[in-house]
Amino acid sequence: MAGSSYEKFKSDGTLAGNLLEWVDARFPATSMWKAHLSEYYAPKNFNFWYFFGSLALLVLVMQIVTGIFLVMHYKPDAELNASGVPIAFASIEYIMRDVPWGWLIRYMHSTGASAFFIVVYLHMFRGLLYGSYRKPRELIWIFGVLIYLCLMAEAFAGYLLPWGQMSYWGAQVILNLFGAIPVVGNDLATWIRGDYVIGDATLNRMFSFHVIAIPLALLGLVVAHLLALHEVGSNNPDGIEIKKKKDERGIPLDGIPFHPYYTVKDIVGVVVFLMAFSVVVFFVPEGGGYFLESNNFIPANPMVTPPHIAPVWYFTPFYSILRANTINFFWIDAKLWGVIFMGLGVMLFFFLPWLDRSPVKSIRYRGPLYKGALAIFVVAFGTLGYLGIQPPTPSRTMVSQVCAILYFAFFFLMPIYTKLDKCRPEPDRVTFK
Amino acid sequence: MSCDEKVDCGRRRLLFASATAGGVATVAAAVPFLSSLAPSERAKSAGAPVEADISKLAPGEMMIVQWRGKPVWILHRTKEMLANLGNHDNELVDPNSERAQSGFQPPPSMKPATRSIKPEIMVVVGICTHLGCSPGEKFQTGAASGIAADWPGGFLCPCHGSTFDLAGRVFKNKPAPSNLPVPPHVYLSDSEILIGENTKGA
Repeated sequence: MAGSSYEKFKSDGTLAGNLLEWVDARFPATSMWKAHLSEYYAPKNFNFWYFFGSLALLVLVMQIVTGIFLVMHYKPDAELNASGVPIAFASIEYIMRDVPWGWLIRYMHSTGASAFFIVVYLHMFRGLLYGSYRKPRELIWIFGVLIYLCLMAEAFAGYLLPWGQMSYWGAQVILNLFGAIPVVGNDLATWIRGDYVIGDATLNRMFSFHVIAIPLALLGLVVAHLLALHEVGSNNPDGIEIKKKKDERGIPLDGIPFHPYYTVKDIVGVVVFLMAFSVVVFFVPEGGGYFLESNNFIPANPMVTPPHIAPVWYFTPFYSILRANTINFFWIDAKLWGVIFMGLGVMLFFFLPWLDRSPVKSIRYRGPLYKGALAIFVVAFGTLGYLGIQPPTPSRTMVSQVCAILYFAFFFLMPIYTKLDKCRPEPDRVTFK
Repeated sequence: MSCDEKVDCGRRRLLFASATAGGVATVAAAVPFLSSLAPSERAKSAGAPVEADISKLAPGEMMIVQWRGKPVWILHRTKEMLANLGNHDNELVDPNSERAQSGFQPPPSMKPATRSIKPEIMVVVGICTHLGCSPGEKFQTGAASGIAADWPGGFLCPCHGSTFDLAGRVFKNKPAPSNLPVPPHVYLSDSEILIGENTKGA
């Protein structure tokens, strides 16, 4: 809906009305409000799974606000201070102990990182459940996967900043992944680090990426994600197009204005989310060692890797895939295969809209094959995530190899099983209790 | 480029030419920014050789020296450790260190069987050749090590489970592709090693 299709605001003579008329003549204020909120018609049958989009937006805002305040006290400096502690590490401790309320702002930010991934993983799973990535929403999905990639880069860069043992060795492992690329790999890794080892140069550029470069990209992508969504309209748990059945005014029969209906409904989601979030921030801010790993309370030491290192939980499924490759084949060594498969594991999400050949979108009308495949995928993803936290043993490596194969089978066999599946007919109108 | 009567071909050619020139200039403008990410002159000039005093290093003990920001292990191997070194060649990727090291050269006088100048003193860079973690000491042999019943003693990388023997040689079917590199080093005296140079006074 183009902004020009809305009438400009006419003042009722009050001061506020006059002001709005003045603004609206010069800026698309009311037309944007209508296009994206009060006259954006969303399907009326949204369920629980539809909370996570707005929650992701909430967490994004929270991360930006807490981040702005953390930057006022944090120092990206790997040099040692007079007590022999890296300045970056010491500045985090300063925020935690000496800055008024600094502990709360920092814990909100660190918990927010994990909350972001929880919300985004659930949001993506919603897409898998109801086929939200299918035509005509391919671009929404692609923008979404790009947001997910930015989020991973943002989380990675942010995790380096406290300059603890996990920061240092986690970054060491991930940046060395680039070294696996043939011919140019080592030079590329050096260029990314800005030094021959992870050091002050690396810390400072990750700080720059974390506070400026990636957040700007993220905001742009979020806007693109929402614009694309509002262009084609939201999917729904029945996976049918509400725009096919419109009333005489051209409004979808099963659509309700996003504001006030879903703004109010989403506030309920926000309240429940903030309750859970507060419990973590105030009572278990380290998330049992999963949100903030205990090794990261030790300053970075380039001489010794901690005996047990694992990435933060949201990276572990892909980390397990990386570790599962232990065989050299086709003249390429296991290290490069690990990197290739890990990269492929993320990139495959981009192709979902074209891998899925099912005649229906929603899991409600899909047959047993897709339901089974999705269940196996979720179990494999979860198992890979669990194994990525555990130290490697031969039997665990074998389980992760099996799970990695199942993970890829979900994508590669999708064109086959979605076509063979016995689907039920979709309803004409959305179903709603 | 398609041209018909309604299009001024001369102007269009100028448009394309100036757009191309502008594009080239834009790409060229990215060069200084991308180059600024490379190691600075200060980073390049760092990495001077370091000296290590091994006079107090008892058999079975290991010390860590920092060279170019990386840990260099100096391990004083016991007689049993040395005797075991040749017993598992078939489990190793590169038992005779035939693959070339990248970045720096090992000392020319290094013997392949022990990967060292003096048999008992091992000097390697303690950074896993997989993804750069520093492996941990697993000197205990056999099942007590928690690795395998026939474990000959060596190092286990905590990140991805690569294993190395007591000469820094990598075991087969592990993520790490090659042996731990031997840094350039030279004995200044019986108890002093200069790490970073293969010749004295160079």
